[in-house]
Amino acid sequence: MAATEQTIKQVNSLGNSEYKYGFSTDLDEIKAPKGLSEEVVRFISAQKNEPEWMLEWRLNAFKVFNKLPKPNWAKLNIPEINYQEYYYYSSPKSLKDKPKSLDEIDPEILKTYEKLGIPLKEQEILSGVAVDAVFDSVSVATTYKKQLNDLGIIFCSISEAIQEHPELVKKYIGSVIPVTDHSFAALNSAVFTDGSFVYIPEGVRCPVELSTYFRINAINTGQFERTLIIADKNSYVSYLEGCTAPMRDENQLHAANVELVALDNAEIKYSTVQNWYPGDSEGKGGIYNFVTKRGACRGHSSKISWTQVETGSAITWKYPSCILQGDNSKGEFYSVAITNNKQQADTGTKMIHIGKNTSSKIISKGISAGKAQNTYRGLVSINSRASNSRNFTQCDSLLIGNECGAHTVPYIESSNADSTIEHEATTSKINEDQLFYCMQRGLNSEDAVGLIVNGFCKEVLQHLPMEFAVEAQKLVAISLEGSVG
Amino acid sequence: MLKINNLHVSIEGKQIIKGLSLSINKGEVHALMGPNGSGKSTLSYVLSGKEGYEIEEGTIEYNGKNLLDLEVDERANAGLFLAFQYPMEIPGVQTSFFLKTAINSKRKFLGMPEIDALEFAKLIKSQAEDLGIGSEMLKRDLNVNYSGGEKKKQEILQMSILKPDMAILDETDSGLDIDALRIVSEGVNKLRSEQNSFLVITHYQRLLNYIKPDFVHIIADGRIVKSGDFSLALELEEKGYEDISKTA
Repeated sequence: MAATEQTIKQVNSLGNSEYKYGFSTDLDEIKAPKGLSEEVVRFISAQKNEPEWMLEWRLNAFKVFNKLPKPNWAKLNIPEINYQEYYYYSSPKSLKDKPKSLDEIDPEILKTYEKLGIPLKEQEILSGVAVDAVFDSVSVATTYKKQLNDLGIIFCSISEAIQEHPELVKKYIGSVIPVTDHSFAALNSAVFTDGSFVYIPEGVRCPVELSTYFRINAINTGQFERTLIIADKNSYVSYLEGCTAPMRDENQLHAANVELVALDNAEIKYSTVQNWYPGDSEGKGGIYNFVTKRGACRGHSSKISWTQVETGSAITWKYPSCILQGDNSKGEFYSVAITNNKQQADTGTKMIHIGKNTSSKIISKGISAGKAQNTYRGLVSINSRASNSRNFTQCDSLLIGNECGAHTVPYIESSNADSTIEHEATTSKINEDQLFYCMQRGLNSEDAVGLIVNGFCKEVLQHLPMEFAVEAQKLVAISLEGSVG
Repeated sequence: MLKINNLHVSIEGKQIIKGLSLSINKGEVHALMGPNGSGKSTLSYVLSGKEGYEIEEGTIEYNGKNLLDLEVDERANAGLFLAFQYPMEIPGVQTSFFLKTAINSKRKFLGMPEIDALEFAKLIKSQAEDLGIGSEMLKRDLNVNYSGGEKKKQEILQMSILKPDMAILDETDSGLDIDALRIVSEGVNKLRSEQNSFLVITHYQRLLNYIKPDFVHIIADGRIVKSGDFSLALELEEKGYEDISKTA
């Protein structure tokens, strides 16, 4: 929280001066023609004034998309998606189309903001209320930009990176998630609208959590987010995406691609708090979240660590993975996935061991309540060359009530006799005696559930950056409201 | 303060408490003694509101209110505390965090703001020291890998900081060595006042040498068969339950 408050102070300190990069100028809304076609792909690329190579890349991805079937391995009930029903590009909404004040926002969402302790100004932004230009994401970004610039760190939107740093984008985009990977990856590659780009130069340790303003920055990244993070030799970066508050969003279909590349001895820590609109208690509405996140530990002794807290979305389909190419490289995956009411989640990771002496660790905590279904799906694959490699996996599931489900689907492939793989899994119901004990000490049933579940998730939550850990704990409790008694 | 009248309780159709009556006034300490299976622990769970017990007959009045109408947490916040015979382990929840959450739950109930961090630290430190609970233990997960004695001390610590009006100690002496027994008893005695009451449930007279009760009741087969003062406990120790029950 401290960092968030600091951000807001800094923004406020900019005063009321008209910020020259703020997009406060009235834009008429520009929309691509409805539906998905080569024409739409060209339209998006043209709107962004992209170079020819980028357009070609998108068009190729679109061709691939048309050939690939929808992935079907997940234990999810996904309604048929009609890709022609969506708009794939619209410029930032003009102020007049946005809600005028918080009075126009769903009171349920506001209640959650209050419980999370989100400052009023930030509530407005998260709800998409039209706010003045001083507080837009661009101006927040600039307060940090100089500090990062001085270190040679590049942190900008992917659109800007395509213009300003084409050599880096060209070299790395699609190098971790090939466009041919599966149809959602291909779709994203064809029509991605924006996202973040990070480059940490050799030997630099990024001094700030890139989360501190991303929380505000991230609001308009849109439904097809594309993010690329490169940590050059001996560098370090910690990045947090998303936000603990539920975000209002009319787009039902999300398909993000996030690629990480760690070179020799570099470390990337990537944390996510996902709390998109989950739909109502009857399962109406809510986001379909099809995310492809993959990191390549390309250099020796490099490390990539994913931490995720997934509490939102009607459907979550997500497997942040690590390709451990470099010798002695390390991959980690810490996950909390909470499903309540009629939410469905199929999430886990893939750890692909290629280099020698590589190690990976997977800690997954799935909590299912209401009528929700929660699946852990994970692959640990140890290549014949990856001698002396290790994996440790622990998957714990907690059930609240009698109508929900928890499933664990581990895939293990080992082609190397020198390596060790450990897998532990537990499934349990929330303990009535623990609840009674907490309530005898004065906690109401919801607080008691929140406390016990937070204890259950502790191993994962402690990997979140400090400023988000407290909010994430509150979020865990809020997500399970109404699940007991 | 607490008035139990003609209470009948069953679990899954089996009658455990069969017409128990007991009144406890402000400032009094009552001891309830009885053999295994006589209904002692059932009574403590019924009073604190645990699910799974059917009240077939009778009433329980607490501070003028119908206790049976209140939820578990409402009873707790109304000042009723149960020191558990078998305290629950809560993995991943630091002991001091649990204590703070419990205090704040009560404060919220009373319409007070959350406890200030410094005030909390002071409160815990002084109370924990008296019970021989080190700061290292407060950092551990609640009751996880605690010894039997540590768990019981933890119950008394929680009681000391929540300051209940009516405390039920369910076999708090079981599994305690003589030193721990003395420390735990001192904790209880320190809390005794004109304003609060205790119901001390135990098998043995031993505990009552430390926590001197005003009244002693003997329970057998779901009802109180004999009541008296401290001398009854001594008599019981001498003659055993069987004899006493017969003469009742």
